[in-house]
Amino acid sequence: MLANEVVGPYALLRLERCDMEPGVPGQFFMLEAPGQLLPRPMSLCLAPPGELAFLLEPIGPGTRALAGARPRDAIHILGPLGNGFDLDVERPLLVAGGIGMAPMPYLSETLGGPPALLGFRSKSHAEAARLLPGAEVVVEPQLVTELLPDEPGDVLACGPEPMLEAVRELAPDAQLAWEAPMACGYGACYGCVVDVEGRYVRLCVEGPVR
Amino acid sequence: MSVPILNASGCLDALTAPEVARTLDGFVTKTVTPLPREGNPPPRIAEADGWMLNSIGLQNPGIEAFATRVLPRLRDLGVPLWVSVGGFSASDYETCCERVGELEAVQVIELNLSCPNVDEAPETVVELVRSSRKATSKPLYAKLSPATPDIAEVARAVADAGADGLSLVNTIRGLALDPGSLRPRLALGPGGASGPALRPIALACVYACANAVELPIVGLGGVMSGRDVIDFVAVGASAVALGTVLFADPFSPSRIRAELEREARVRGYGSAEEIGRLAHGSASALQV
Repeated sequence: MLANEVVGPYALLRLERCDMEPGVPGQFFMLEAPGQLLPRPMSLCLAPPGELAFLLEPIGPGTRALAGARPRDAIHILGPLGNGFDLDVERPLLVAGGIGMAPMPYLSETLGGPPALLGFRSKSHAEAARLLPGAEVVVEPQLVTELLPDEPGDVLACGPEPMLEAVRELAPDAQLAWEAPMACGYGACYGCVVDVEGRYVRLCVEGPVR
Repeated sequence: MSVPILNASGCLDALTAPEVARTLDGFVTKTVTPLPREGNPPPRIAEADGWMLNSIGLQNPGIEAFATRVLPRLRDLGVPLWVSVGGFSASDYETCCERVGELEAVQVIELNLSCPNVDEAPETVVELVRSSRKATSKPLYAKLSPATPDIAEVARAVADAGADGLSLVNTIRGLALDPGSLRPRLALGPGGASGPALRPIALACVYACANAVELPIVGLGGVMSGRDVIDFVAVGASAVALGTVLFADPFSPSRIRAELEREARVRGYGSAEEIGRLAHGSASALQV
């Protein structure tokens, strides 16, 4: 680890890239969580030269252990994994809620800085918006979906499940990045399934962007 | 020092991660049942207090789709194949064993007699082994639960019923609560607990069964390192299988194999046979 930066209630872990590829925005990496049995899935937030950076919210033992890591700590990571966003879009609009902000900076950079809408549950959480300069930001009780224009274009979204469902109502063709508890991240455990039309599919193999 | 390293059933998808499967000495499939199963609702996994809990619920495409669509692709991997079969009655086991028995590419059938996440068959484990034995001449390994009052007795009975080997052990049922809501973290409540905390339980089971029967034993339950493999061999296992560690580290088969060789060299062990059942001598005296 190169640096561990405080971003409001979130932690931005900057890791040395070594010889790893950053992958496509929306893909994820499994990060070893110090002292924990299983790694934790995190989408890539930033990919400056020589670095891979991950934004995470310390809410459980794994994310708290990661948020407590210090520069020079060794953290094993595996990735990039899963399917990222389809970048062949004409009028991209990025939409994120809370820690769903994580993949947006790298996605924005890759797409050349398209418009972005970000929603957070508090002013403190909204500090993360500084990772995506120029984005329009709302704080609850206002919801990010209230900002969606009538013709939203090609929506690429990440956030909590109710937000993604609401985005899908307004923009049926939106690309949505989902999350689920994962043990392995590479299709081995069948732990991260989601219900797709009555069938359980592995989010790590058939997602996380669907 | 060479000890065959397999994966625990349900802990690797060889078609999704063929490069991992090729580092194993044998690939054990996820349990196949007569009919397709969607498995249990999510959330299916959680980590708590050093254990991993899972409640996958035997998601699989069913025996016919497995035999016609999955197996040909597994065969192409060039890794010895073990097929894990399960069900909800003796006739389910019979059906699966008969069908898998016809498949030339399969070396061993492992009977999943101990999944903690689905309803149990009404018959006893011994009756399930007997029904399976009638259905196939392929080698049958009985995978037993550690939650058994006298596992050595079960081992003797399944040996008499025709098992050719034992896989020891399956996960043990456990429960984890969300600290905020105090609701179970898995959708169905309990799940199968695995990881390093299972290891002493698994070692005790292998130790007991190695004394009770002459069958070969695959030791599994919390194997994380080469040193753990030596422990399992010392109590009587002739092979080991990796479960939870594969989720954390897909490179673990090669790492553990290298650790095993180094550890054996440092300790001066020449072969697995040499350390096999070393643990069965009298307990070492306290050195003061």
